[in-house]
Amino acid sequence: MTTAAEVRTREPQPDESAILVVDDLHVTFPTLGGTKVRAVRGLSYQLRRGEALGIVGESGSGKSVSSLAMMGLLPRTTQISGSIRLDGKELIGMHDREASELRGKKISMIFQEPLSALTPVYTVGAQVVEALRVHTDLSKERAQARAVELLDLVGIPNPRERAKAFPHEFSGGMRQRVMIAMAIANDPDVLIADEQSTALDVNIHAQILEVLQTARRETGAAVIMITHDLGVVAGLADRVLVMYAGRPVELGTTDEVYYAPRMPYTMGLLGSIPRLDASGRSALVPIEGSPPSLANLPSGCPFRPRCPLAIDICAEEEPPLESVRGASHRAACHRKEEIETNGWSVGDVFPVPELGIAPVERLPREQRPVALAVEGLVKHYPLMKGVVFKRRVGTVQAVDGVDFDIREGETLGLVGESGCGKTTTLLQILELVKPQAGTIQVAGKDTNDLHNAHARKALRRDLQVVFQDPQASLDPRLPVGDVLAEPMRTHGYDRKHIDARIKELLGLVGLEAGHAGRYPQEFSGGQRQRVGIARALALEPKLVVLDEPVSALDVSIRAGVINLLMQLRAELSLSYLFVAHDLSVVRVIADRVAVMYLGRIVEIGVVDSVYASPSHPYTQALLSAIPIPDPDKERTRERIVLQGDLPSPADPPSGCRFRTRCQRFLTLTEGEKQLCIDRYPPLIPMGPDHSAACHYAEPVAVIPEQSKERKRRRST
Amino acid sequence: MTVPSQELIGTVTAESGIDGTAMLDETRVPSRGRIIMRRFVKQKSAVFGLVLLVILVFMAYVGIHFTKWGYAQPDYNSFAVTPNGSHWFGTDAAGGDLYAMTMRGAQKSILIGLLVAVLATGLAAIVGASAGYFGKWVDGVLMWIVSLLLIIPGFLIIAILSPHFHNNLPLFVFFLGMFIWQITARIVRGQTLSLREREYVLAAKYMGVSGGRIIVRHILPNLASLLFIDATVNVSTAVLTETGLSFFGFGVQPPDISLGTLIQAAQTSATTQPWLFLFPAGFLVLLLLAVNLIGQGLRDAFDPSTGIAV
Ligand SMILES: Nc1ncnc2c1ncn2[C@@H]1O[C@H](COP(=O)(O)OP(=O)(O)OP(=O)(O)O)[C@@H](O)[C@H]1O
Ligand code: SF4
Ligand code: SF4
Ligand SMILES: [Mg+2]
Repeated sequence: MTTAAEVRTREPQPDESAILVVDDLHVTFPTLGGTKVRAVRGLSYQLRRGEALGIVGESGSGKSVSSLAMMGLLPRTTQISGSIRLDGKELIGMHDREASELRGKKISMIFQEPLSALTPVYTVGAQVVEALRVHTDLSKERAQARAVELLDLVGIPNPRERAKAFPHEFSGGMRQRVMIAMAIANDPDVLIADEQSTALDVNIHAQILEVLQTARRETGAAVIMITHDLGVVAGLADRVLVMYAGRPVELGTTDEVYYAPRMPYTMGLLGSIPRLDASGRSALVPIEGSPPSLANLPSGCPFRPRCPLAIDICAEEEPPLESVRGASHRAACHRKEEIETNGWSVGDVFPVPELGIAPVERLPREQRPVALAVEGLVKHYPLMKGVVFKRRVGTVQAVDGVDFDIREGETLGLVGESGCGKTTTLLQILELVKPQAGTIQVAGKDTNDLHNAHARKALRRDLQVVFQDPQASLDPRLPVGDVLAEPMRTHGYDRKHIDARIKELLGLVGLEAGHAGRYPQEFSGGQRQRVGIARALALEPKLVVLDEPVSALDVSIRAGVINLLMQLRAELSLSYLFVAHDLSVVRVIADRVAVMYLGRIVEIGVVDSVYASPSHPYTQALLSAIPIPDPDKERTRERIVLQGDLPSPADPPSGCRFRTRCQRFLTLTEGEKQLCIDRYPPLIPMGPDHSAACHYAEPVAVIPEQSKERKRRRST
Repeated sequence: MTVPSQELIGTVTAESGIDGTAMLDETRVPSRGRIIMRRFVKQKSAVFGLVLLVILVFMAYVGIHFTKWGYAQPDYNSFAVTPNGSHWFGTDAAGGDLYAMTMRGAQKSILIGLLVAVLATGLAAIVGASAGYFGKWVDGVLMWIVSLLLIIPGFLIIAILSPHFHNNLPLFVFFLGMFIWQITARIVRGQTLSLREREYVLAAKYMGVSGGRIIVRHILPNLASLLFIDATVNVSTAVLTETGLSFFGFGVQPPDISLGTLIQAAQTSATTQPWLFLFPAGFLVLLLLAVNLIGQGLRDAFDPSTGIAV
């Protein structure tokens, strides 16, 4: 076995203009059991002044640890070796006082978790002033003035007043902005932005990226962007570094890495991302297996167990990160030359599964039976106040008149920001009780007519659910066999039938029959979600409700689960109600899409039409906020960044609920605006099976087409 | 989150697509009961505890007949003799054979200890979980009863009622059990309140699983650690409380004996005739040890994160 230390990964020659030079960095965490977690193994890169570098990798690949080492923020027991030079000064082993002097002044970090990084007891302004005065001898007044300037720069409205607010009075997105303001307070040379792995709202995300751009322009700092999403860095980074199992596996300019990846993992990652600009329903590239444990790495190439190209030598030697063609593009793969000369693309390396179509899909939509019909659905929650004597002070209009239907074999994607009422809609359907107003029909049966528990239980067979977090939705104390048996036992299957079906189900979702005796925690996240899907299918339902089924999964594993869902739908003629905040996932899996805003549907229609010509300003903004993993497109795309946050559903704006944030509204004349203020717009047809609820609805293309030229370049 | 161990996942390779074909072999899918049993017997200490308990029960019920002496049949020729070939554990001041008396006492104490523990912990689990899970009026009524029973001094009730259940063991067990479950019931209720919001409980609900079944299948197994510890503690509480009560003239009354009464009686002569104390006390310690080991074993068998490979 070749240890990482022996493998040469250094940069060929030091660059004069580099502000930051990382050379052969190793970070190891000793654990209680005596095993060592080797979080970073031989990372080298250089960051030039003013350059933006994207570090991409899955959760646990060592992205954050490497930058925490730079900031000196790792626990004392951590073993760090190698060298990190900032402007010629060695940071590793530097004296504590000296190091903290540098930190915040020359190098600063925007953390993953904005809540924990701000002190709750000080005002936001005071914290920015503090950040300024630690490193400079600004007078108090000057610092305060500068703090307001900074808050203004990062887009906090009324910065003078808002500076006096406390962190908890700010929304998540605003806190992120404050973090950025603090990070750029001292004009750092290097700015590290570590992105939240958990799904941040698309809109806030877009806002933050915008602010980061501004900050970079203003300070001229070099930026390191750490993310798991290849889409995010496509338009912003000059160069990209891909990490896997603590090692850099590919490094190059953004164009090189995106258009000519030379390492199978990078290729797989690119192919596994659902793309907004995909053309219609299509299978994604699944990467089999899951990342290795850092405490117990296999010998040779760490990607070998998942790599379709693996050959004998891969098991013996860990490939070094070496130049592919020019000096700038480097990849760690024994077969990179072959990939280069043969011009292999993603499709050549990873087999993409065929997607069938269900027989029922051949029928025109109108002729198919209705699986779910929701009409005028309303759910209001009373808003209570007081500790001892609760009194009603208002009404939260969580869902306020929602209509849609799903035909057999069809998938409807329900999308919107968090808090817009998606989950409430879904729970209302699952409850199978009479709604406050409106009707719900499942498989032709109206829930208003279900008078007893027995009838309700019978209907539950047709309606099943898959939850977002597979960790939380499987009982940790129940072996997988019993998890799958539960619905069948409940509905009176006999033991022998159940046993046979469990094995069948496990096979159906790509697990082994022998796994029935294991507990959920013995599976990886993707496998757990497969168990969740298998459970939903146990009773052969007609309709499956999926609540963000892939957003808790790692990027490379997500594709496999999405493919599985698409295959199952075709094989079993299922209908899906697919709730998601990620419009790109909906793009590849759904037939129709409904966009929700503050408890109402603002646009609904067939996916192709809605994505190609979104007509409601909100849909346009949402679509434009989602990054596409294509550098050329990203650089030229116009972003519509929505102002502010979602208004409270307890006090929605009069007339059109979107008017407080609407970009179209701003361009209207006073007379036209009045209509938006006075009347809620009805759904106006925009095309066959496509309508939008806006008085001034007008299609605007916000997603660039998949260009022919690119397609060609990719396949050669 | 617990990081799934790599050895366990190692063999699973089908992370994509439908390519695994269902093997339609005839082997049964192991149920939770079976898996827990396997996990239990994998633990040496638990098996040791179980074997020890079986031996103790065997000694108490069968071993008592191995000697020619009866527990209420004094040997008027040997008063307070040390252990010897005829009186294996020696005799007390009245000539009673300590071996026979210890075994008879053990019969009572084992019965009382185990029954009270099962009753009290079982009641706490069912009442606490029902109150927590169903909420509303069920919660109101059940918690009102729990509070009421907490206020009433149990000892007093037993004292007042004891003439009526003179040597009626089931009734005694019932009353003893009735007065030690309330605190646990409250704890179980509190835990249930958070467990019932979990997605796996919601999933079961939307599957049509009834409330009672959800409690048995999902809530209680997730409280297994708490419940087994509670039951173990209850065994010792019951045995020791019975001792105290016997002393005041309730519970097991002469001529019948329990380990408690034996230990109580031996306390005055513990220095002069130590065997009178050591044998019953030793038996009691072994009993509690066995129960503890079994309790721990069950707790770990229920908890998949303890990493017992089966
Ligand atoms: N303080 C620590 N002690 C022990 N192990 C740690 C510590 N911090 C991180 N690790 C381990 O180091 C590895 C790399 O973690 P790191 O935080 O760099 O991942 P990441 O690529 O940033 O992932 P994410 O996308 O989830 O942020 C992980 O296996 C993690 O569990
Ligand atoms: S070195 Fe071998 S196993 Fe690793 S990525 Fe290249 S071909 Fe695959
Ligand atoms: S109705 Fe007016 S405010 Fe509402 S989305 Fe259309 S233009 Fe904007
Ligand atoms: Mg991280």
